[in-house]
Amino acid sequence: MSENASSTISKQPFFRDPADERPLAKTLLILVALAFLAFFLLLPLISVFVEAFREGWGAYYEALVEPDAAAAIRLTLLVAAIAVPLNLVFGLCASWAIAKFEFKGKAFLITLIDLPFSISPVISGLVYVLLFGSGSLLGPLLKSWGIEILFAVPGIVLATVFVTFPFVARELIPLMQDQGSGDEEAALSLGASGWQTFRYVTLPNIKWGLLYGVLLCNARAMGEFGAVSVVSGRIRGLTNTMPLHVEILYNEYNMVAAFAVASLLALLALVTLALKTLLELRFGAGNAGGRH
Amino acid sequence: MEVTINNIRKEFERFPALNDVSLKIASGELIALLGPSGSGKTTLLRLIAGLDFPTAGKIFFGDEDASHHSVQERNVGFVFQHYALFRHMTVAENIGFGLKVRPSSSRPPKSEIRRRVSDLLDMVQLGGLEKRYPNQLSGGQRQRVALARAMAIEPRILLLDEPFGALDAKVRKELRRWLREFHDRTGHTTVFVTHDQEEALELADRVVVMSQGKIEQVGSADDVYDRPGSPFVFSFIGESSHLPVEVKEKTVLFQGQPIGISEPVEGGGELFFRPEDVSLVDAQDALFGKVTACRRLAGTRIAEIDIANEGHAPYHVEVEVPLHAPVALGSEVRFRPTRWKVFTNG
Ligand SMILES: Nc1ncnc2c1ncn2[C@@H]1O[C@H](COP(=O)(O)OP(=O)(O)O)[C@@H](O)[C@H]1O
Ligand SMILES: [Mg+2]
Repeated sequence: MSENASSTISKQPFFRDPADERPLAKTLLILVALAFLAFFLLLPLISVFVEAFREGWGAYYEALVEPDAAAAIRLTLLVAAIAVPLNLVFGLCASWAIAKFEFKGKAFLITLIDLPFSISPVISGLVYVLLFGSGSLLGPLLKSWGIEILFAVPGIVLATVFVTFPFVARELIPLMQDQGSGDEEAALSLGASGWQTFRYVTLPNIKWGLLYGVLLCNARAMGEFGAVSVVSGRIRGLTNTMPLHVEILYNEYNMVAAFAVASLLALLALVTLALKTLLELRFGAGNAGGRH
Repeated sequence: MEVTINNIRKEFERFPALNDVSLKIASGELIALLGPSGSGKTTLLRLIAGLDFPTAGKIFFGDEDASHHSVQERNVGFVFQHYALFRHMTVAENIGFGLKVRPSSSRPPKSEIRRRVSDLLDMVQLGGLEKRYPNQLSGGQRQRVALARAMAIEPRILLLDEPFGALDAKVRKELRRWLREFHDRTGHTTVFVTHDQEEALELADRVVVMSQGKIEQVGSADDVYDRPGSPFVFSFIGESSHLPVEVKEKTVLFQGQPIGISEPVEGGGELFFRPEDVSLVDAQDALFGKVTACRRLAGTRIAEIDIANEGHAPYHVEVEVPLHAPVALGSEVRFRPTRWKVFTNG
C-alpha cells in the first residue's frame, strides 16, 4: 500500500481542477475564514496575555504565587494527577473490551461512555450532589465515618473523572477496532503471555492514539469548570481549582490576577495543541506507512 | 507430530461453522484444507492451533489430549492470512519475538537469538533484510518473514492460513514450489488452508476437501480428482458436467433414453463426468445436443453443448473435443462419457 500512497497524479498545467474555485472566490473564502479565526480565537487568546501582563511581570508573578492562587494551582494539578491515570486505565480497559471481544450490552457500554459528552457539565456535578449531599443516603453515612465528598477534594476528583472519562476511550476504540486482534493472536501463538502481548504488541500499536487521548483528557481535567463548580463549594485556598479561582478573581474585578491565572490555562491549551499537532504528524506518518 | 481430530464441532452463536469433523494428520505430512469461502477451513486451523476452542470434540497432539491446552502450551507455528507482522518491529525483531518472550529459564542469550534469527533469514532466503520494517517488504517477503517467525519457536506443527492468498499469480507459483521444498527440507507436519484447488493438488500430500463445515473427502490429489467421493467434490475440483439420470436394469437412461453406459446400482441419480472423459460417437444410444459455443484451450478445444430431448428443458454440458473434430457452431454432436460417476439419490 505504501508504494501506491507515494505516487501522486501529476498536475496538468493547462486544465484547472473542476473543484477549484475561481481565484477571487478562493481568496475571499480564505480571507473570511482567517478573519473569523482571528476575531473569535486569536484575539481572545492574545487579550488574555495582554491583560495578564498589563501591570508588568512583577504583578503577574505576584498573582501566581499569592497563597490562594498557588493553592488553586496545586489542587488543579492534584486533581489532574488522579483523574488522568484513572481514565487512562479505564479507557484502556473499556476500549480493549469493546474492540477485541463480543459481549452482550456492548452497544450500551459505548453509549454510556459518550454520556459525559452529551450532558451538560452542571448536571454531571449535580448528580454527585444528589448522590453524596446531606439529603442522600450515602452522604451522611460517609460523613459519620469522617469522609467528606462534597465541597472537598474527593468530590472534585469524582466530578472531573466523570467529565473526562470519554477522552481516552473515544480515541482508542476506533483505533483498536481498526487494528483487530490479529497481532495479539500472533504474539500469543509465538508463546507470549497476556502481559507480554500487551507490553510488546498492543501498546506500541496504540501508543500515539493513547498519548493523544491522555493529552485531551488532561486539558479537560485541568480546565473543567461547570461540574467542578457545583461540587466544590469554592472554599478559597481549599477547594478552588484554577478555573474557579479565575472566576472568583474576575468577580472581584481583580483583572490582572484573574488573567494571570487564566494565562496559565491558556498556555496549557496551547501546549496541548502543539503536542497534538506534533503527534498527528508522527501518528499520521505512522499510519500511512505502517499498515499492511 | 501426529495430530488427531476427533468429532469436532464448533458453533458461533448457535451457527455450526464445523460439524462433526474428524481427521488424522500423520507426522511430517503436508496437508491442504481445500474448500470454498466460508466452508470452515480457517475455523478448523484455529482450533488446531488453540486460538479457538471447540464446542464439542477432542484434539490430540500425539497421544496427548490438547483440547484444553492454550495456544502457548501447544507450541504451534501459525502463519496468518495477512501475516500479522508486528509493524513497529524490524524483520529481525519479528523473527526473534518468540524467543525473546520465553521465560528466562528457557530464553536463549541475546547472541544466540541473533544467530538463530540470521539462520532463519537465510533459510527463507531473506539474508540481509534484518533491519527492514514490514512495510518496506514486498508481499512475498512478508510471507516468508511470517514463516520464519513461526519457525523460530521450533513448533510441533506448522499451520498456514491461505499462505499465498494475497500474492500475485507469479509470486504465488514461485512460493508454492518454494514451500514444498521448504517442507521437504524441514520435515515439519504442515497444514495449510487454500481455496485454490490447483495449489492444493500440486502441493499437498493429502487434500482435505471441505464444504459447509464438513469434510467431504480426504485423499491424495489423484484420489480427489480421479475418484471424487461426492457430488460436491466432483463439481468443486476440476471441470465437470452433470445430468439427472435413471439406472434401469443396469442401463443408464437420460430423459428415458439409453446413453450407452451402464451402472450397477439401480435408481435415480446424478451422472457426473469431466470434459476430457468424453468421446464423440456415431451411435443412437448416446448423449447428443447442439454446439452453442466453442473455445480453444491450449492443446484442445472445449465445446459447449445444449442437450435437449423434445419436450424437456435443455441441459448445458462442456466436452473436450479433438482439434480436428467437426464441431461447427450449431451442429449436432453425439458423445458418450468414457469415465463417469453416478451418485444415486438418497
Ligand atoms: N468469529 C466468528 N464469529 C461468527 N461466525 C464466524 C466466526 N468465524 C467464522 N465464522 C463463520 O464460520 C463459517 C466458517 O468460516 P471460516 O472458517 O472462516 O471459513 P473459510 O476459512 O473456509 O472461508 C463462516 O460462515 C463464518 O461466517
Ligand atoms: Mg479463511
